[in-house]
Amino acid sequence: MANLDAAFAALADPTRRAILSRLTEGEATVMELVKPFALTQPAISQHLKVLEKAGLIARRAEGTKRPCRLAKEGIREIDSWLGMLRKALAKNYDRLDEILAEMESKKGWRKR
Amino acid sequence: MSKMTLKTEGERYIVVTRKFAASPQAVYRAHTDPELIRRWMLGPEGWTMPVCINEAKPGGKIRFEWTDGKGNGFYLTGEYVALEPYSRIVHVERMHLPDPTPDNHVETRFAAEGSGTLMTLRMTLPDEKTRAAMLATGMEHGMEASYVRLEGWIAETAKNASA
Repeated sequence: MANLDAAFAALADPTRRAILSRLTEGEATVMELVKPFALTQPAISQHLKVLEKAGLIARRAEGTKRPCRLAKEGIREIDSWLGMLRKALAKNYDRLDEILAEMESKKGWRKR
Repeated sequence: MSKMTLKTEGERYIVVTRKFAASPQAVYRAHTDPELIRRWMLGPEGWTMPVCINEAKPGGKIRFEWTDGKGNGFYLTGEYVALEPYSRIVHVERMHLPDPTPDNHVETRFAAEGSGTLMTLRMTLPDEKTRAAMLATGMEHGMEASYVRLEGWIAETAKNASA
């Protein structure tokens, strides 16, 4: 789980989340990523470096281009922890729904 | 009932939102009355909370002990920092796994929304060691490997961030 802190830090930036969001549609080169964002190529490259270091994206060499894609392992790591938290909380709040419904019906009874 | 949302805020926080079909008074009470807390704050199916001490006043103590009935268990201690009925609770908590985890600062807000309540929970993002300890407690038992689908999650948070 060594990458998780870096992954969360990487995810804290809205541009980097938007880049990841674009990569869910498939592989993209730096130039393809520059287009939808009002940023320079060096700025995008900097964001990609952070994402790569965090284990969230992987890059391969294709001539002079280095296309980026989502890195499944890094994503699985962060997913499993967030997934655990989400499931525990969701279960808790489903139970809380039932208790609240019970409280409401008791309140109706007693005409408080 | 709209679904729960869970996202990171900056590098340090996790923010969870959830709507409830009850008044802020009722939701607040369910968060502060130990007899109610022990019935829902249980995590995965099969866990119970035999000990629930919850002194809902500034400086008041919190102690929750959980067990899965199969010899696995852990506990949490904490203190209340501020309580504003029926809108806001601030407390500090730490899990004992059995070593205490770094303090988690938690702010819980309740706001009336329509005939219900919107709850917003902001908690400190635990460090790597804490997360590993949490995963090792058996808290994940009973949770089948169903992932969040980070792709969807990123799209959601990216959308929220730009909204």
